[in-house]
Parts: sequence; C-alpha cells; structure tokens
Amino acid sequence: MNSLALINLSYVFAAVFFILGLKMLSSPATARRGNLFSSLGMLIAIVATLLGEGIVEFQWIALGFAVGGIVGALAARLVAMTAMPEMVALFNGFGGLASLLVGSSALYPTPAESSFTLVTIALAILIGGLTFTGSVIAWGKLSETISGRPVLFSGQRIVNGLLLLAIVGVTVLFCLNPSNANYLYVVIGLSFLLGIMVVIPIGGADMPVVISLLNSYSGLAACAAGFAIDNIILIVAGSLVGASGIILTNIMCKAMNRSLGNVLFSGFGAATGSGTAIEGEVKAMSPEDAFYVLEAASSVVIVPGYGMAVAQAQHVVKELQELLEANDAEVVYAVHPVAGRMPGHMNVLLAEADVPYELLLEMDAVNPRMETFDVAIVLGANDVVNPAAREIEDSPIYGMPIINVDYARTVFVLKRSMASGFAGVDNPLFFKENTRMIFGDGKETISQIIREFSN
Amino acid sequence: MEPVYFTFILMLAILLGFELISKVPATLHTPLMSGSNAISGITLVGAVTSAGAGSDVLATILGTGAVIFASINVVGGYLVTDRMLGMFKKKESVNETKALTKEK
Repeated sequence: MNSLALINLSYVFAAVFFILGLKMLSSPATARRGNLFSSLGMLIAIVATLLGEGIVEFQWIALGFAVGGIVGALAARLVAMTAMPEMVALFNGFGGLASLLVGSSALYPTPAESSFTLVTIALAILIGGLTFTGSVIAWGKLSETISGRPVLFSGQRIVNGLLLLAIVGVTVLFCLNPSNANYLYVVIGLSFLLGIMVVIPIGGADMPVVISLLNSYSGLAACAAGFAIDNIILIVAGSLVGASGIILTNIMCKAMNRSLGNVLFSGFGAATGSGTAIEGEVKAMSPEDAFYVLEAASSVVIVPGYGMAVAQAQHVVKELQELLEANDAEVVYAVHPVAGRMPGHMNVLLAEADVPYELLLEMDAVNPRMETFDVAIVLGANDVVNPAAREIEDSPIYGMPIINVDYARTVFVLKRSMASGFAGVDNPLFFKENTRMIFGDGKETISQIIREFSN
Repeated sequence: MEPVYFTFILMLAILLGFELISKVPATLHTPLMSGSNAISGITLVGAVTSAGAGSDVLATILGTGAVIFASINVVGGYLVTDRMLGMFKKKESVNETKALTKEK
C-alpha cells in the first residue's frame, strides 16, 4: 500500500473518531470520553499527515506546534469559567484565521489552474477572514473590551449591500487573475471588514446566536480550505462542525422566536421600548423577610441569568440550595436556552459550583408545573422571564418563549436596580401582585439569606 | 479526486452533522460548541502540509502562521472542553466527593 492510501485510511479513522466523539457529547455521562475520542481523531489525522511524503521540513511545523500549543494550553487552564464565552469566541476566531492562511498558502508557489480550486481558495479566505474579525468583535463585546451595545447607523444596510457586491466583484477578479497578489489583499481586507460589519450591530443578549453562527463558519472555512488543498478530512470534519453550528444557531433563534435574519440585521438591543408604559407598584422586600418565606417553602425554582455570571453568584446559590434541601424543600433550576451569553452558559457555571445536572431543567419541563412552586427566585435574568412576551403584543419580545415565573406562588426578583434588561424592554413581572423585588448585588443578597438560615 | 466526489462527501457529512447534533441536550450546549470548535481546528492538517512542503518561502511563512493559530484552536479547544465536562456531575458523584472531603 502506498503512503497516500495509508494517509487516507488514517483520515477515515479520524473521521470515525470525530463522529463517535460528537455522538457521545449528547449525554453528560459519556461526554468527557467523547471529547477524548474526538481529540484522538485529531491526533491520528495530524500524525498521518506528518508522516506523508509531502512533508520535508519539520522545523517550522515544530515551532508552530510549540507556540500554538503552549498558548492554547495556558489559555485553557487559566481562563475563569465566567469568561468562557469570550474564550470560545477567540479560539473560534483563530481557527478561522488559520483557514484563511491555509487558503492563501495554496496560491504559492504557483496558483492552481482549475477555477473550481480558485473559487474554493477564495471561499476559504472569505469565510476564514470574516470568522476571524467577527469572533474578535464578539470577544470584545463579551469581555466588555468594547461596548456590548449594538452599533447602528443610517444606511447600514446599503453599506453592507455594497460591501457584499464589492466582495463578489473582487472575488471574480481574483479568480480570473490569481497571480495578481493585489486582488488577494483586497479579498482579505474586505472579508475582515465584513466580519466586523456583521457583528457590530448585534447586542449582547443576542450573542448566543452569534457565537454558534461563527462556530459554524469556522467549520465551513476549514471545509473550503479542504477543497482548496484537496484534503478530504478537512472537508468531512469542517462540514460536521458547520452543520452542528447551524443546528445550534437554529435552536437559539427558536428560543427567541426570531428568524436568523432578524437577529443579524435588526440591531435588536437598540430598540427602546416605545410600547405601552407599564404602571403599577413595585413591592420591595428585605433579605430577612425573604428568608422567612423561603423557610416555609416546600418547593423552590431558581431561574439564573447573565446577572448570576456577572455577580459570580453560582457558589452561594449552590449553598442556598443545600440549606433549602436540608430544610426539606425541593429545589430545581430552570434554565432558558438563551440565558447568558452563549448556549448553555448557565449550565456550565452551575456545574462549576457542583450542582448536579439532573437539577437543571429546561424551560419546557418547568413551565407546566410552575403553579406548584412556592417560590421562584429570579437571579440576574430579565428578558427570559418577562411576561410581556406573552401579554403585550407590541412588545419587541412578544412571542418569545419564556419561563413563566409569574405563575409561581411567590416570585423573588434579585436585581441591582430598576433598570431594564439588555433588550431595553420594561418588565411587567416587577409589578405583579405576587412579585417581591430584593434590591442589591445578587451574591450579597443570597449570602444574607444564607446567614439568616444559620442564625 | 473529482470535485463531484468531494461534494458528495460534503453533503453526507453535513447531513450526519445535523443528525448528531439535534439530539444534544441544552445542558451540554457549551461543551458541544467548544468541542466542535476544536474539531474545526482540523485546518491544522492543511497548515502542516503548507508549512512543511518546503517548496516556497511565502507558503512556508503562511503555513507556519496557520500552524500556530490552528494549534491554539485545537489544544485550547479540547482542554477547555475537557475542563468544563469534568465539572458536570451526577447527583451521586457530587455526594461522593462531598463524603470524601468530609472524611479528610
């Protein structure tokens, strides 16, 4: 058997490991092993490639591995769990940049003759470039290096439309004159610009959609690079990732009752709630009084949101959960699919605090029995529990599936102040008869309740 | 290989991806994302090919850059996913860890 056949055979094994790995990720019990399988697949693919005949110089590869490996390992070790969304975004961006570079390097020493290959090179560069800058902007917004507010200006759609036209035009020119490096630079530049333009109008609350979409793009970029350099494993693995990202994006969009186009182009967070003004009285409560209610409660549901991540409150929440359980109350968590800044964000934070995953219930599992809960504690969540989505037809979030906390007997809303949520929408929940507002830092408030328990 | 075969494989892989992912529970969405993100670092294979071909200086430079960024993506992605998944515990195992810490 010649070495090419051997490499291709190894790629088949690698693909099997990737597929098994992804399959095992569908259950918490096997997920960790699944990730190991997937990394084994990666190892097989890389070793097989290194052993191939085409590789004659190893020093640059070794250098690249060393630098990238150390940076990646350090970043993965040191990142705080609360900073996970921006870390994932950044890794994703690097993947896109790598695909861009692979695509460009396929042009040297001499560009391919076939126009199919040239088109795929252009695609790898375009998708890779927009994944890179898009992810960097997402990273900036998530880490609050830049403002999380949507950036909108008049004529934005026209500018973006022209940008797309320019990209198509330059790409055609590039494919016709692949040896002219100027076209290559313009394609790269425009793809960078496109990535920025696509992500700046998107507000922080819509980030779960953007991150999963960029995740999908990084796979598609790898896939295009695979076409560009005739490498089958890039195509298979890249399209697996591309497909999985699209599925996740779709799940996120459904959870917000919005189309992908609406998320990408509407600049949702900018819409100031012009709708009906909500009138009513807000009833505040002290942590001490909250304690008496909780002490008497036999079932409690906790609804976490991005505020829990900001306040780093997951550990005190777990402590409260244990105290309530010791007091013979049932405690569950209700997690909205888009709570937080990336898909599954709350689940990771609560897992960090050792909350067993069986207690984390999805929206559809909790809503039917919401009436049976004595207390619902809303911790740093706002839009995902906003009854306006059900009741007020001209609300920007009308129709979005929410966790119906207002159906619980008592609702505690832990909140810093009366400011509206990320979507800039007023929340009628705060004015409901059975709602009590507990103002202050979420972590501090829960600590106070915990202290009352030990007294 | 003919582009048409590649396209054929592409279609099958995309359909398989849809099938695999649509069953993942919401609890695992973050690890799924960072895990599949690590897989997208497969572009490292292409990077290695460019960096090691030794045919052209520019290709080597671009390839080496690609190796660096793709390795960050691969190594960081898998490690961070493993770190997260290590935290997901069942009820019994949480209690076990607690019992162990108490014994100490």
